[in-house]
Amino acid sequence: MSTPQTNTETTHTEGHGDISTGMAAPMGGGDSSASATRITPGNALRPEDIALEVRTGLAKPTEDVAEYALRLGDDALILAQRLGHWISRAPELEEDIALGNIALDQLGHARSFLTYAGAAMTNDDGTPKSEDDLAYFRREHEFRSVQLFEQPNGDFAATIARQFVVSYYQFELYRRLTESTDATLAAIAAKAVKEVDYHRDHSAQWILRLAGGTDESRKRMIHGLRTMWPYVGELFRDDDLTARLAEAGAAVAPSSLKEDFDRLTGEVLEEAELEVPDVPVAPGGGREGRHSEHLGYLLAEMQVLAREHPGASW
Amino acid sequence: MAAQNLQSVPAEPAANQAQAQAAQQEADAAGQAHFDRVIAEDSRIEPKDWMPAAYRKTLLRQVSQHGHSEIIGMQPEANWISRAPSLKRKSILMAKVQDEAGHGLYLYSAAETLGQSRDKMMDDLIAGKARYSSIFNYPALTWADMGAIGWLVDGAAICNQVPLCRASYGPYGRAMVRICKEESFHQRQGFEILLELSNGTAAQKQMAQDAVNRWYAPALMMFGPPDDDSPNSKQSMAWNIKRFSNDELRSRFVGMMVEQVRVLGLTLPDDQVRYNEDTKKWEHGPLDWHEFQEVLAGRGPCNAQRLERRREAHDDGAWVREAAAAYAAKQLNKQKEYAA
Repeated sequence: MSTPQTNTETTHTEGHGDISTGMAAPMGGGDSSASATRITPGNALRPEDIALEVRTGLAKPTEDVAEYALRLGDDALILAQRLGHWISRAPELEEDIALGNIALDQLGHARSFLTYAGAAMTNDDGTPKSEDDLAYFRREHEFRSVQLFEQPNGDFAATIARQFVVSYYQFELYRRLTESTDATLAAIAAKAVKEVDYHRDHSAQWILRLAGGTDESRKRMIHGLRTMWPYVGELFRDDDLTARLAEAGAAVAPSSLKEDFDRLTGEVLEEAELEVPDVPVAPGGGREGRHSEHLGYLLAEMQVLAREHPGASW
Repeated sequence: MAAQNLQSVPAEPAANQAQAQAAQQEADAAGQAHFDRVIAEDSRIEPKDWMPAAYRKTLLRQVSQHGHSEIIGMQPEANWISRAPSLKRKSILMAKVQDEAGHGLYLYSAAETLGQSRDKMMDDLIAGKARYSSIFNYPALTWADMGAIGWLVDGAAICNQVPLCRASYGPYGRAMVRICKEESFHQRQGFEILLELSNGTAAQKQMAQDAVNRWYAPALMMFGPPDDDSPNSKQSMAWNIKRFSNDELRSRFVGMMVEQVRVLGLTLPDDQVRYNEDTKKWEHGPLDWHEFQEVLAGRGPCNAQRLERRREAHDDGAWVREAAAAYAAKQLNKQKEYAA
């Protein structure tokens, strides 16, 4: 791919503290002192900060980076929309809070990625597309999320199975993205990876509990994993875009995450005395805008109010 | 002697029953004296302190109802999480409903210190035996309701709850401190939603006014029946649980709303709001207390829906809770075997 256009020099010297703090970390990415659970004003990277950098021209992704950010943003947005449904419906109050928290984290990542992606895309009036332009005014085939994220919540075990796959995948991805040559991607990943680490812990603990709890829960856990596993393969599929970005050091090839993903999820499954589901792989296609039947309903609900009042601000 | 030690006077053999009874009476008298002194000093009663049975019962009812209100109160707002019109609003709304689950947890925990388990409280709620604030039996029909609920409902809740931070029962008062901080943020976000709508398109402004019109009277009724029809208030005030009367708090709330609604560029659906120079209190138009009683008795617009939703979540989650308990028990056994 082409060299990222984000001017890291400018970000260092004139950018607001957040992103530049992130880039000053020793590994070239992320603010290692930020906490996932404590509000750290001045350090926590907010979507509004990225929007500011976009407006002032400090952050401008290449077309490739923008397309890539759109993919990751859509993954997180669709998952947040799914998880939000659990709030007030979870098996215990503690899980209303936990799943709500994970949904909020994902929504935060989505907002950052989409804001950044929008910087390389323009509305009819020439302004950059905002996170809301992208979330509310694109149609089904314009979404770039892989199909795993739009899979229905199912029962709690199915949701945990999806969380298990997603959190281990996102952790491997974001961990590597903190070293991206694109300063903004690296900064978003640096914040996200800490949060996703907790998501891993949450899902792994529930895999163990449900698999080792009662006969009923074990049966449901196995079923949940079998329901989600056909969509795992798509996460690790390379294409021209990821090849170009990986070559330039701005992103990582999805296929390169698979070995660690297999090993780490394998360890949890082994402890839970579960097997990796032996199910046929679905063809996927979300990155090219080919989705399952489920996404249309999800978007219809998510977008309805915004589309009733085009141009309104909220 | 510390009051908490008085409660655990060991049972005496049968031969000494009379003596034991006398000891118990003495302990109760000492406990009562300690309790009275704490109340007179406006200090705090803690879980292990002796307390009158009626005080315990009143508090348990109030704190558990408060907890139930938080949990049921998640539903009208959760109803708009999936449709929030911007990602920022979605994020704020999710965090708010999540806060309410947290409030429910603190309050149930505070209630547990009075001797009732969370399971029992949840069972009572689902069985329709326990009450919760009747406000949550009204439907959240439009996005503007997220604003009106935050501004009016959370606003009324804050008026009610700030004085509860000084409630004589320690765990309740302390829980309220944190809850009030979060509620105050909730109210501001509700106000901000309405302000944005009011300054938006004509359709948005109308949506905001409609929501204020629908939530105003139910919010005023959140303070409870008029003082001359509120039998429990007097005792609660004597125990330093309640600090101000229902009407006093309602009047204060109306005064606050009168100022704020002007900033919003909206109106209150009440042409009888006025400041009474003689009593130095804000007055409002008549409220439909028959409707209040009807909703309280289970005949409100959403009573059946709210309870069914809670019941469904509880029943659907039963296998998960059983699995977690079974797993924890197995782990404990493994540890014991390992240790042996």
